[in-house]
Amino acid sequence: MKIAVCIKQVPAKDAPLRIAADGIWIRETDIGFEMNEPDSFALEEALRLKEKHGGEVVALSMGPERSKQTIKEALAKGADRGIHVADDKFFLLDPLGSAKSIAAALRKESFDLILTGLQSDDHGFGQTGVLLAELLGLPHATIIMQIDVQGARMKLKRELEAGWFQWVELPLPAVLTIQSGINKVRYATLKGIMAAKKKEIVTIPRESLGVAHEPTERVERIYVPQKTKKTEFIAGTPKEAAAALLEKLRHEARVLS
Amino acid sequence: MNILVITEPAAAGDAKWNPASFETLAAAQQIAAQTQSRLAAAVVGKGVRALAEELAAYQLAEVLLVEHELLARYTPDGFTLALAQAVAQAKPDLVLLPHTYQVRDFAPKLAASLGKGMIGDCVGYRYENGRLIFVRQMFQGKTAADVTFSGAAPWFASFQAGAFRGDQAARGASSSSGEKGAPITPIKVDLKPEQIRTTPLELFREAKQAVDLTQAPILVAIGRGIKAPENIPMAEKLAKLMGGELAASRPICDEGWLPMDRQIGSSGQTVSPKLYLALGISGAIQHVVGMKGSRTIVAINKDPNAPIFEVADYGIVGDIFELIPALTEALEKK
Repeated sequence: MKIAVCIKQVPAKDAPLRIAADGIWIRETDIGFEMNEPDSFALEEALRLKEKHGGEVVALSMGPERSKQTIKEALAKGADRGIHVADDKFFLLDPLGSAKSIAAALRKESFDLILTGLQSDDHGFGQTGVLLAELLGLPHATIIMQIDVQGARMKLKRELEAGWFQWVELPLPAVLTIQSGINKVRYATLKGIMAAKKKEIVTIPRESLGVAHEPTERVERIYVPQKTKKTEFIAGTPKEAAAALLEKLRHEARVLS
Repeated sequence: MNILVITEPAAAGDAKWNPASFETLAAAQQIAAQTQSRLAAAVVGKGVRALAEELAAYQLAEVLLVEHELLARYTPDGFTLALAQAVAQAKPDLVLLPHTYQVRDFAPKLAASLGKGMIGDCVGYRYENGRLIFVRQMFQGKTAADVTFSGAAPWFASFQAGAFRGDQAARGASSSSGEKGAPITPIKVDLKPEQIRTTPLELFREAKQAVDLTQAPILVAIGRGIKAPENIPMAEKLAKLMGGELAASRPICDEGWLPMDRQIGSSGQTVSPKLYLALGISGAIQHVVGMKGSRTIVAINKDPNAPIFEVADYGIVGDIFELIPALTEALEKK
């Protein structure tokens, strides 16, 4: 099986975010970046499918130069090679523009399966996988919790809302978006990190893909959300704060006896 | 403008509707009133005329009934093809959808099949100087974003569950007074079995849930801040002392540290206890939608900018590994 997995590099979870002067993105200086967590589950699933069925895992990431680090991490975990779609201004793209660019890069080869995470922890549009399927003319299924490949078809467990699930069948090739928690993500081993140094990362400048796209939507500005509730902050030592909180819960909010 | 709301019958279980349908209907009525637009709503499926009749009692100019044998069970191909035809016939400028799992599965495809974009997962909107601005969250709720459409209609947008109140969807003519509801217009769609590549099979639930968190008056919920499974017993002890149950955000259940039935959020339970104590939970939107209806929310987090404080009534900026023991000790003393 030839599997492509789309991974994105996003600000680290604990990174203090400051809004950039352009008002539509964050200041990238002084913060760490990491693999988008939902995508790490998709990568792990791709690696497991390869271990079971053989084949190749190709990790693709679109973004600035720093994104290569995330591709290297995927290679260290066991992906065979990487594709970096280079674009410093990737954050100006709308979901359809991003998907058209990634689809153009994927179209250069023919994959049996394309996996993405459920959504990114930065823009969080959650559309890339579904759009890739539409643009590449492939069937898709989203929020997948289990993949059983049976020849040219797959049986998939889809998560629905409120604790329900559904089995669905799809022919290959196809695009799947993977639900977080589907597996336990591996760490890169030292051996893997060494092996990754010899693996290939092909850089494709996004503008070389010749994608024609008029943006369908535009982020006008990002900002710290206005609070809808007035939070009463309780200060003091842990002991003082604990006592003050319990006092308020008992006598002000009256929710604790 | 012409606005079309796509409603969603419940995918599974005993309920007739996915309740987010009426939240989006309420939002659409509000937008229609402000923009002096005509509002229609669509029901998609097979054998859903009764649902269309129920919808017709709401304040709507028209109900579109999109029925076909091949829409009996949801597939992204079937729904995309059918709705693309419905949109071509009804010619809406703005198509609004509830941001359900099903909508996430087909709506971006529907919009893209028409060469259009979708602004998904909106928490609100503003109508300013004749322009509609959609508000959504970015960076896991750490920032909000104003997003607008570019290019020609139709435009597609979805509203997050809980962003509007479903009980505020206005009813129109009442059937008891003999008045007629909104007219129901059947939309003829052309679908062929070979166009549908997904084979939907059975719906199921996992093993019976051991605990019903929706009934608990007090919930003590833990997030990533708990760091390791060894630290869970101290939160559990605190929950017990407070007379509540232990709950968690998704990462904790993904790690297998607590069973899935303890999970609060869009993929878990939606709860509204009288007291919700969030320990080391950052407040990603997927979690907040499941608990923001709680009567009193307390958040303890070391990051003063954690989004959880936006919904908290009381907040303590501090280390949960100091505050859990302090709270436990104070409760034990009583």
